Amino acid sequence: MPELADKQRLDRDFTELYRAHLRDVYSYAYYRIGNHHDAEDITEQTFVQAYRHFDRAQRESNGRPLRPWLIRIAHNLAANYYRDRSRRPQTNLDDAAILSAPLDTERVVEGLEEVKEVLEGVSKLPDDRREALIMRFALDMDNREIARALGRSEGATKVLIHRAIRQLEQGLNQEEEPDE
Amino acid sequence: MSDVERVEQLLRSALVPVEPPERLSDRLERGLSELTEAAADELADWELSAMRDPRNWVPTVTAIVVGSAAAGGLVLVRARQQHKKRQTSGLKALERSMRGVASDVQKRLRR
Repeated sequence: MPELADKQRLDRDFTELYRAHLRDVYSYAYYRIGNHHDAEDITEQTFVQAYRHFDRAQRESNGRPLRPWLIRIAHNLAANYYRDRSRRPQTNLDDAAILSAPLDTERVVEGLEEVKEVLEGVSKLPDDRREALIMRFALDMDNREIARALGRSEGATKVLIHRAIRQLEQGLNQEEEPDE
Repeated sequence: MSDVERVEQLLRSALVPVEPPERLSDRLERGLSELTEAAADELADWELSAMRDPRNWVPTVTAIVVGSAAAGGLVLVRARQQHKKRQTSGLKALERSMRGVASDVQKRLRR
């Protein structure tokens, strides 16, 4: 059990972590789960679990950023979500990408279909590839952070992302050329 | 632009960060406040409840017996804090109980 002064410091640090990464956790949960309602639940559970283990995580982090740890908690909760409900992720373009991104006419009119295809393509990828892409592009995490969140080496993570992009590219090309 | 670069650009357009709804922030901050207050209460009551509950004696005393300086230090600090709060006689009785449990654990560890 920490001392009262330690607890005050921990609470202060945790508040900073929460403020800095609420959007990251929510974005990750949303793209993993595919609906706002469950993404909210996953986000809430992530921070509750994080609070309970924050002291130890902070001690063991040796000053490294805690975002990968936070995302790993969300990752485990999302995995439980699928296991419990035997579900696959949903892609709800209307709610996520379009509403969250800066809207402009060009994007809405010309990019909508392409963005929709990409999101559908991402949702069809194997779990580890999909997660890596969400972390890279939605959360702007670098290879080192993604590696820590996924419990892999940096080299393996780089290969994972490369293969995910290649697979996605192949899927998109097949949709563009259905007769070939 | 290569195919890979094109896909990366599409991914950046598609996987934009999603702002959490305000109701979630409110709900989370309320929940976390309750959790931190509960943790503070738990922290204040910890020593008393830990020493009253025999189930907590063995792990606590084992930590002392095996020579964990941190755990032992923590127990001592707690004991000093509680010393200020409680009647001396009550604490002594508890310390005697703890010594009894410590002695028992030591015997078991030697076996």
